[in-house]
Amino acid sequence: MSDIIQKVKNLSIGFKSKKGEEILILKNISTKIKKGETVGIVGESGSGKSTLALAMMGYVKHGLYTIGGECEFNSSNLLNMKSKDLEKIRGRKIAMIPQNAGQALTPNLKIGYQIDEALQLHSDLNEKEREKKISELLNKVRLPSPETIALRYPHELSGGQQQRVAVAMALAGTPDLLLLDEPTTGLDVTTQAHVLELLNFIAKDTGTSMVYVSHDLGAIAQVSDRIIVMYSGEIVLEGPSRDILKRPIHPYTHGLLKSIPKLSLAGLPESMPGSQPQPGIIQSGCSFFDRCNFSEDKCKNNSPQLEFLKELNTSVRCFNYEKLLKESQVNQNVNKIKNNSKDKEILNLSEVSISYAKQKLLDQIFNRISDDNPTVKDININIKKGETIALVGESGSGKSTILKSIAGLIRTKDGLIRFDENRNLSSDLKERNPNDLRIIQLIFQNPDESLNPNHTVEEIIAQPLKLYFGLKGEELNKNIIDLLQKVRLGEFYMSRYPRQLSGGEKQRVAVARAFAAKPDIILCDEVTSALDVSVQAAVLNLLQQLKEDFGTTYIFVSHDLAVVRAISDRVAVLYQGRLCEVGPSNDVYKFPSHPYTEVLLGAVLEPDPDIKPKLVAEDIVEEKPPEKGCSFQGRCSRIVGDICKKEIPPWQLTDSGNAIRCHIPIKELQKKQF
Amino acid sequence: MTVNSIYKEEKKSAFQKVSEVIITMASRPSGFIGLSILIFHIILAFISPYIAPYDFKAINPTLMLQAPSAEYWFGTDDLGRDVFTRTILGGRTALTITFFGSLIALLWGGLLGIFCGLVGGKIDDIVMRIVDAFLSIPWILAMLLIVSLLGTSTEVLIPALGFFYGKGIVRVARAATHDVIAKDFIVSARARGHSNFSIIWNEIIPNVRDAILVEGAMRWSWMLLGFSSLSFLGFGVSPPTPDWGLMISNARGLMSFAYWAVIAPIVGLSSLIIGINLTADAFAKALGIDRSTKAPV
Repeated sequence: MSDIIQKVKNLSIGFKSKKGEEILILKNISTKIKKGETVGIVGESGSGKSTLALAMMGYVKHGLYTIGGECEFNSSNLLNMKSKDLEKIRGRKIAMIPQNAGQALTPNLKIGYQIDEALQLHSDLNEKEREKKISELLNKVRLPSPETIALRYPHELSGGQQQRVAVAMALAGTPDLLLLDEPTTGLDVTTQAHVLELLNFIAKDTGTSMVYVSHDLGAIAQVSDRIIVMYSGEIVLEGPSRDILKRPIHPYTHGLLKSIPKLSLAGLPESMPGSQPQPGIIQSGCSFFDRCNFSEDKCKNNSPQLEFLKELNTSVRCFNYEKLLKESQVNQNVNKIKNNSKDKEILNLSEVSISYAKQKLLDQIFNRISDDNPTVKDININIKKGETIALVGESGSGKSTILKSIAGLIRTKDGLIRFDENRNLSSDLKERNPNDLRIIQLIFQNPDESLNPNHTVEEIIAQPLKLYFGLKGEELNKNIIDLLQKVRLGEFYMSRYPRQLSGGEKQRVAVARAFAAKPDIILCDEVTSALDVSVQAAVLNLLQQLKEDFGTTYIFVSHDLAVVRAISDRVAVLYQGRLCEVGPSNDVYKFPSHPYTEVLLGAVLEPDPDIKPKLVAEDIVEEKPPEKGCSFQGRCSRIVGDICKKEIPPWQLTDSGNAIRCHIPIKELQKKQF
Repeated sequence: MTVNSIYKEEKKSAFQKVSEVIITMASRPSGFIGLSILIFHIILAFISPYIAPYDFKAINPTLMLQAPSAEYWFGTDDLGRDVFTRTILGGRTALTITFFGSLIALLWGGLLGIFCGLVGGKIDDIVMRIVDAFLSIPWILAMLLIVSLLGTSTEVLIPALGFFYGKGIVRVARAATHDVIAKDFIVSARARGHSNFSIIWNEIIPNVRDAILVEGAMRWSWMLLGFSSLSFLGFGVSPPTPDWGLMISNARGLMSFAYWAVIAPIVGLSSLIIGINLTADAFAKALGIDRSTKAPV
């Protein structure tokens, strides 16, 4: 018994609605966490995973209350403990690492001081010992030169470094249990892989138990020994990590794994229908019934219990898990995307550069931009009608900046944006005529922010129709209904407000609004990254379908390389606002040739315990592009010599039409691979 | 599948929305008290001319400074006028002038704030520095100057008060607009090529309306206090019109032996200000705005 560190027994947490109904967020959860074990809790937003993790440290969010059950830590129930006693446990015995370390660190205190504070609270060391311990902790989380880091302020560190500091602070009290709430969400792919590797190392090194909460099965797969899958406030599947990822015996997990795009597979994965029921929706029968491919009549009225299967050491909440047991592995079917790009060029960026530098007075007067080292430089891309081109890169690579300049929202410093072979688009929004504005439409990352919360769906979609086509009355109505049907939403959505829609539905409305303008080009800015995994595939499929129907061209920006792999015909890799590689996505993914592409692809996390990320370069974050030479010189592991620091590398073409910008000869580049 | 009612929201009419907000306000004790006081004062302002027991300007030297009695509920003042009559009539002018003054403040302050927040840049800089400059002038001095130059008529007082109390609203409206302006739906409207007017009207106003209304309600109570201060100094309403500020000013010298003549208007004024304050707070809470964080004044 002593090896169990945390025991959750029949825990239910909920809130009271305005009308006094009790709404459950967690429904009768029971689980155990063993000493030295890393447990991943995975689920979509609203599945209750964060609430469960917080309850494990005796915390229930404001507005929620415990309806029943216990959270036992070292055989004392945390949920009815006095706050004085809880203080002794939190930080010392159970520590938490938040999602956004940048916000969790006090901005006006030095890193060393903040760790010192944690040490004062949670240890009995004297000042000298604490000082030593601080550099020890910073060393442990592998921050370069701990002495200088300790003297810096949080804003002087990059996101990944801040997250490392948060880990160091959590380790200050040498806790027995570490709770991590989405610790790598919002970090760049390469940084994410490095942080996960660090967490793995710490788990092994200190023997701390960890609870890792995430929506990302890829990240969970890398760290956890055991996985708990949550759906709609219930545990639906719990078992050893490998079994769950390789042979999921719950239909939800099965479908989820099928719908996640993978690097090794081109084409769009099958999507799961529907979305998770919102809390408060009372349903008889299984909560997954509506979306299940394996459901039977009995699932509709009887809700299955969590059943423990001894031979598999797995608990599952499903009547029909045996059907899935027979399927040996998840067979992912993908719909190959049709490449319907024509030879005709639709958009051409030539020598585009964009600067964010503050302009001098003289330049302001003459209305010009002068900056020798602009944020984005020398962008030459030729986009063909009907193709999907993806811009990929880490944050700060300028991909969104380029999108905005195509839309006219940011002025370019130099260069031309040419539409349809002969029409130059002005870089100033005010100088573009209504038709120039109509042909390019945007879809944004976060549908919560891109839809006005005070407008109904009808009003939202009507805006472009009224503005560009002057539609009114009956005709306007007809068009709106038509568009809603195209994005697979019914007519009855018209009177709804965005807050009454789920994330996927909101994004569909945003898609409908973009298509309402009958555009030639749609700029997609991280359109799926704010969506749940199970909804993501559905939106991607919809976008592909609409593209094939309308012959639209997509310029797709994403940091998720697997999503890009699934939907794009061509990929452009950017680093620090400079192009590194442009080519057909099949080639870019098959033979990653540019050293930066290799780094990016190596760091992608896949929901497979057998595929480990390859960490090639350091996760340094560069603030400014280098003034001379190759943009990637600061992190490149394959530098040839002084030439990389002095000369801008030339474009080299491979046989398959892949253009690479590197000093290393093509043959050499293609040889050296993992 | 049965769906709980909380997710079944239909589009509501404006009347339904307003009544819902009022019901939410009244469901809190503080909101209920505030609303009751405010409604009491408004009703009183309407009916007081008909229920006043005496003529407010009837001077009677034989009845000077009578203590409260069954005949004169709140006693009489130094000219023998009935204090009860004058108290219930005393809020009418103040309430009317400050109500319209607040409306003007709301309108110009709100629109200018939204406009500055939207266009930003140099125009925003210049306008905000002018507003700051005005904020640094003690308002009472400026008001005294205006009133002594142009007189104390309603036509002067309403726009003057409206102007001086609108400055604060400019900043609140601008800050609220800044919150909204960064959102993608504004970027989207800009990229589509909507005009500034259309963006303000369709996209911004529905999202900042609540914050500005709450601020306007707060300004109302401030303005009431300011207006009464003017009257107290003799620059508001001219005698013999009954007015709380004026009554307090007249009777304050006799406070030591005729306290009733001062207390009645003080209770009238402070209860109305507290009532408006509580109502504005409840209004903010009912709309889901936490004034402690959202309104940088």
